[in-house]
Amino acid sequence: MGLMSYNGGGIIAMTGKNCVAIASDLRLGSQSTTLAVDFQKTFKIHDTLIVGLAGLVTDMQTLSQRFKFRHNLYRLREDRDMRVSAFANMVSSMLYEKRFGPYYCEPIIAGLEPDGTPFVMGMDLIGAQGQSEDFVVAGSNTESLFGVCESFYRNDMSPEELFETVAQCLLSGVDRDCLAGWGGIVHIITPEGTVSRTLKGRMD
Amino acid sequence: MGDSAYSFSLTTFSPSGKLLQIEYALTAVAAGATSLGIKATNGVVVATEKKLPSILIDEDSVRKTSLLTPNIGVAYSGMGPDSRVLVKKARKIAQSYYRLYKETIPLSQLVRETATVMQESTQQGGVRPFGVSLLVAGYDDQGPQLYQVDPSGSYFAWKASAIGKNMVNAKTFLEKRYSEDMELEDAIHTALLTLKEGFEGQISGTNIEVGIIGADRVFRVLTPAEIQDYLEEVE
Repeated sequence: MGLMSYNGGGIIAMTGKNCVAIASDLRLGSQSTTLAVDFQKTFKIHDTLIVGLAGLVTDMQTLSQRFKFRHNLYRLREDRDMRVSAFANMVSSMLYEKRFGPYYCEPIIAGLEPDGTPFVMGMDLIGAQGQSEDFVVAGSNTESLFGVCESFYRNDMSPEELFETVAQCLLSGVDRDCLAGWGGIVHIITPEGTVSRTLKGRMD
Repeated sequence: MGDSAYSFSLTTFSPSGKLLQIEYALTAVAAGATSLGIKATNGVVVATEKKLPSILIDEDSVRKTSLLTPNIGVAYSGMGPDSRVLVKKARKIAQSYYRLYKETIPLSQLVRETATVMQESTQQGGVRPFGVSLLVAGYDDQGPQLYQVDPSGSYFAWKASAIGKNMVNAKTFLEKRYSEDMELEDAIHTALLTLKEGFEGQISGTNIEVGIIGADRVFRVLTPAEIQDYLEEVE
C-alpha cells in the first residue's frame, strides 16, 4: 500500500529571475476513491514563504499546523518573519525529531530571502535537506514530475514565463499518476507580492 | 527537587512586597568588582576590574569577560562560579538556536533566554538566585547593543552602565561623559577613565580586562599590552 501514496498528490517548486513558483495538484483520495477535487497542498507561512507538503494527509495537516504555530511564536518573540533558510532548517529539525516514528510527509519549501534571492528546497520524510538551484518535486509520482521539469526548465524565467512552465509541468506530470491531478494551483512569489492561479486540467 | 526540608522556595515575598533573596543577591553583586559597558555608534566596550586576592595568582588564567558567540561577549560582577554556569547555559542556548534556524541568535533573544534562566531560580523550590549581574555586549543586525541582566531576571538595554562595587560613582561619571555620537575609540578611553576613577591602587593592563566589539562583529578581549597603550593615551 505505502503510506506515502495513500492519499496521492504532486508538488513542484521552481526558481525564476527574482521569483519562485510553487504548485500542487488538487486531488485528495483514499487509494482509488477520489474524495475531493479542491484540496490544496500548499500553505502560506508569510508573504515570501510557502511550504508544500506531499504524502499522508493527516501528517500534512498536523505539520502545517505545527509550522504555523512555530512561526507565530517566532514572530511574537523576534518581531520579524522567519527567513526562508531558517524556516527550512527548522522544518528539517522538526522532522528529524521523529526519526524513529516519522511524519509521512515530504515538504517542499519555496520562498525569497530578504535580499530577494529565490530559494527552493525539498526534503525527505526525516528531514534530509535537498536545496536546488532550479526545481524540486515531491508526491506520489516524482519520476514523471522530474522528467517534465528537467525538459522544460530554463534559467532566469520571468514571473509570467515561470507560471506557464510550472503549470504545464504540473499538469502533464500528474497525468501519468492516477492518484494525483484533478486540476492544480500555482503560486508565483515575487518581492511585490504573490499571485495564485487555479488550473483546470484533465479531471480524471 | 531535593528533600522536603528544602522544598519551599527561598524567594518568598516579604510583607512589604519584596523578595529578600533577590535583594541580597543584588547586595552580593554590589560587593563584587566593578564592571562597566559603553555603547558607541560603531561598537560596544565592556571593561572590568580584575582584583585578584593575591599576587601569587596567575593573572592570565583569570577571565572575567567571556565569549558567548563570535559576535556577543559578556562581563560580570559578583560571584565568579555563578557566572560560569550562566555563560555555559547562554552558550548552549546560542548553539541550539543556530542548530534550529541556521541563523546566529539575535542579541536581544539571547539576553531574554539568559534572563529567563536567572528568573527560574527565583521561583522554584530548593534553589537560590544567581549572585551575578551580567553586562552583555554584542553587534548584530540591529546594530551595537549593551544589555544588563540582574539576578531577578530583569534586563535592560543601556547606552552606558556600571555594576559592582563602584557602580554609583561610575554611573554618575558616565552620565556626564556619555554622548550619543561617541565612537568606539572614544568609548574605550571613557571606559578606562571611568574605571580609573574608583580604582584602588595603580591601574594597569594586568589588573583590568577590556572586551570590545566593532562593526566587524567580532568580540575580542584586548591584550594587556593594548590596554596599556590605551591607558597611556588617557593619561
